[in-house]
Amino acid sequence: MYKLVTKRVLSDVSTLFEVEAPLVARKAKPGQFIILRIDEKGERIPLTIADSDPERGTVTIIFQEVGLTTKCLAKKEAGEYIADFVGPLGKPMEFPEHPGRIIAVGGGVGIAPIYPKVKGFYQAGMDVFSIIGARTKDFLILEDEMRLVSKELHVCTDDGSYGRHGFVSDVLQNFLADGEQIAEIIAVGPLPMMRAIVNQTRPYGVKTVVSLNPIMVDGTGMCGACRVTVAGKTKFTCVDGPVFDGHQVDFDELVARSRMYQTEEKQALGHCRCGCGGEK
Amino acid sequence: MEPNVTKKHPMEEQKAAERVKNFSEVPYGYNIDTAIAEAERCLECKKAPCRQGCPVEVDIPAFIGLIKEKKFGEGVFALKSKNNLPAICGRVCPQESQCESFCVRAKKGDSVAIGRLERFLADWELEHGVDVPALPVPTGKKVAVVGAGPAGLTCAGDLARMGHDVTIFEAFHMPGGVLVYGIPEFRLPKEIVRKEVDYIQRLGVKLRTNIVIGKTITIDELFSEEGFHAVFIGTGAGLPTFLGIPGENLLGVYSANEFLTRTNLMKAYLFPEYDTPIKVGKNVAVVGAGNVAMDSARTALRLGAENVYIVYRRSDKEMPARLEEIHHAEEEGVQFNLLTNPIKISGDENGWVKGIECVKMRLCEPDESGRCRPEPIEKSNFVFAVDTVVVAVGQTPNPLVPQTTAGLKTGRRGTIEADESGKTSRAGVWAGGDIVTGAATVINAMGAGKTAAKAMDEYLRSLPTA
Ligand SMILES: Cc1cc2nc3c(=O)[nH]c(=O)nc-3n(C[C@H](O)[C@H](O)[C@H](O)COP(=O)(O)OP(=O)(O)OC[C@H]3O[C@@H](n4cnc5c(N)ncnc54)[C@H](O)[C@@H]3O)c2cc1C
Ligand SMILES: Cc1cc2nc3c(=O)[nH]c(=O)nc-3n(C[C@H](O)[C@H](O)[C@H](O)COP(=O)(O)OP(=O)(O)OC[C@H]3O[C@@H](n4cnc5c(N)ncnc54)[C@H](O)[C@@H]3O)c2cc1C
Ligand code: SF4
Ligand code: SF4
Ligand code: FES
Repeated sequence: MYKLVTKRVLSDVSTLFEVEAPLVARKAKPGQFIILRIDEKGERIPLTIADSDPERGTVTIIFQEVGLTTKCLAKKEAGEYIADFVGPLGKPMEFPEHPGRIIAVGGGVGIAPIYPKVKGFYQAGMDVFSIIGARTKDFLILEDEMRLVSKELHVCTDDGSYGRHGFVSDVLQNFLADGEQIAEIIAVGPLPMMRAIVNQTRPYGVKTVVSLNPIMVDGTGMCGACRVTVAGKTKFTCVDGPVFDGHQVDFDELVARSRMYQTEEKQALGHCRCGCGGEK
Repeated sequence: MEPNVTKKHPMEEQKAAERVKNFSEVPYGYNIDTAIAEAERCLECKKAPCRQGCPVEVDIPAFIGLIKEKKFGEGVFALKSKNNLPAICGRVCPQESQCESFCVRAKKGDSVAIGRLERFLADWELEHGVDVPALPVPTGKKVAVVGAGPAGLTCAGDLARMGHDVTIFEAFHMPGGVLVYGIPEFRLPKEIVRKEVDYIQRLGVKLRTNIVIGKTITIDELFSEEGFHAVFIGTGAGLPTFLGIPGENLLGVYSANEFLTRTNLMKAYLFPEYDTPIKVGKNVAVVGAGNVAMDSARTALRLGAENVYIVYRRSDKEMPARLEEIHHAEEEGVQFNLLTNPIKISGDENGWVKGIECVKMRLCEPDESGRCRPEPIEKSNFVFAVDTVVVAVGQTPNPLVPQTTAGLKTGRRGTIEADESGKTSRAGVWAGGDIVTGAATVINAMGAGKTAAKAMDEYLRSLPTA
């Protein structure tokens, strides 16, 4: 059993937990993830390691409520326990080979997983220009944290309820156009956003990496559920990724595959054990 | 009951029409009378040739003799002095090619049903309460076992019985390896595995789940930071092989590992009571013809598929699955498309599988090595409609541990190199089971765990005491 040490509600739909997992905390590197299961009947779901504190033996996870497991997890309080927590899984992120700016783009659900990477660059002494965005103000999280580790932070909302009115891609366009050298763009968010970003940067020939979130089961390379096509070859996201060169990823396939259990995901909400029934 | 000389006593089982609708175990096992009658068929041969066929050296005539005398408790003791997991072996050992193939009775008629008798005794014990043998004085030596499959569990149990302080590290949330994630409930109830693992723990073995060796802790750290004196690697052959044909990433295409893990370990057959879903259509193609393929096909039927096809490129004679499994699959209505090789999977506009294109094959004459390669028959291509495909064409070792352990030699196919005792190229590190041999059998993995335990014991005793 793994203790949820602290809880912070970041927005209507986003929650942060610090989880007691000293072995994972000791090893965690930016870019890696964990897999957790709430209880005996639960599903194994992957979440990015947002932060870790080896001294206190804790690992931070931040997640958005999208379905059964994440909704039920959000109902837990500090002091409660979850059944399983395994990691760190996946490859740590790599640092760019070329000089220049690093531009980090985090959209919606992608803000949480991009934060540890930006922090990783920051701790390595690199300048990161960050752009975060969400549909509306309530979905925006980690603004202060991102500001602390970014050279510049640009915030936007689709509906203009906060920050700049518009999409992350609009801000990114300014960076692509201003002529400054870009070492790497890192984009994390919903699949349509990542696909849009890689299509946007492709003509500029700027290296653009993405952190993928396919459906997973074991997270150790054993089941193949997480397979994606990268540069025409099948890769297992949990061991070969989760970060890949976005220009090489077959997004159509990934989008289709992530819908595999749509009907079941809806059905599951009616059967949750936490009593939420899928409602807030 | 009259002892029958030439035939094994049959084992009652669920009728095919009924069992395809549930996940309950298919054979019921012998009752006491049948077990004694079957035991009477054993001649208790002095040389007991059957014993050659058992990788963990079970004293077969001894335990069968005790069944005859109705001394079940003592029989269990005799069995368990060699085999820590008898209820599992009695169910899934390929006895026909192991112990039973050497039985003198097999020369004229059926061998003694060694496996069924083993299962009978083990089940008797599980019902009547399991005793733990007296343990020796602790040696003060610490051993780490990586992987809680049959190889690791056996090695751990044996080392504990030799007085060592053993900890098993398991990546999954549950111990058992293939026994819990691969082999289905209807062949090996998970409650049986749980009880046998429980026995290993009662021998003093500690179990730490949710630890991926190579990620959470490395082999080097097991020595340097965790203070272990020796390590046994039993991480199995968990990496699924795909066919490498177009369409394999379409929705509805599963590796057998994923298909079985969702169903068995995550209990998707009980969805939505359990959270993990699985999707099976009306028409399912299972590619391959080994035990894994039969398990997948029979699982698909139980999950509600109407037609399940085994697609296999060689003929029935080459099918690697146990005869009993093929027979069970046939009875349940699995259809066999033999000498058929898939070359392409096609999908609909939403990316779902809709058909599988195959080519008919013929077997050419065997060459000098005695193997015959199947070759495609020109222009024999045909497509048949399926909405689910399960690829069950083999597994190779997972590279996680070798990749993160300097100085650990591996073979061409990613297996860890080890000598007959399981000793690897790294001092203090042994390995055994599927990680060394490639995908094989439960009993071979257990045999390897047992052999390694002996060698490790010797090694540990040669170390200076702290
Ligand atoms: C490497 C990785 C890192 C991730 N990091 C984060 C993170 O830091 N914060 C965050 O909010 N989300 C993250 N995700 C996504 C997160 O795993 C899913 O949101 C979560 O599994 C949804 O589960 P659910 O039961 O709540 O929803 P469901 O109703 O089951 O599903 C809703 C959506 O989640 C996806 N999903 C469902 N089951 C799984 C599964 N077993 N594995 C992966 N995706 C699944 C589906 O495609 C679906 O679109 C990450 C995913 C991956 C692969
Ligand atoms: C579907 C199926 C049906 C089968 N049917 C039969 C049968 O009827 N009869 C028979 O004799 N054989 C059968 N086999 C084969 C048999 O199950 C295997 O040969 C046997 O389980 C191998 O045992 P093992 O201990 O070497 O590995 P495994 O059983 O594979 O166990 C390895 C364990 O190590 C864990 N692990 C892996 N990597 C790590 C890591 N880095 N850190 C920590 N833990 C790790 C895994 O999670 C797993 O629990 C079947 C196999 C399958 C897949
Ligand atoms: S363990 Fe397997 S091989 Fe050995 S006697 Fe029992 S059934 Fe036969
Ligand atoms: S060879 Fe057959 S008959 Fe002889 S002891 Fe073994 S099981 Fe009994
Ligand atoms: S999640 Fe199973 S192989 Fe990646």
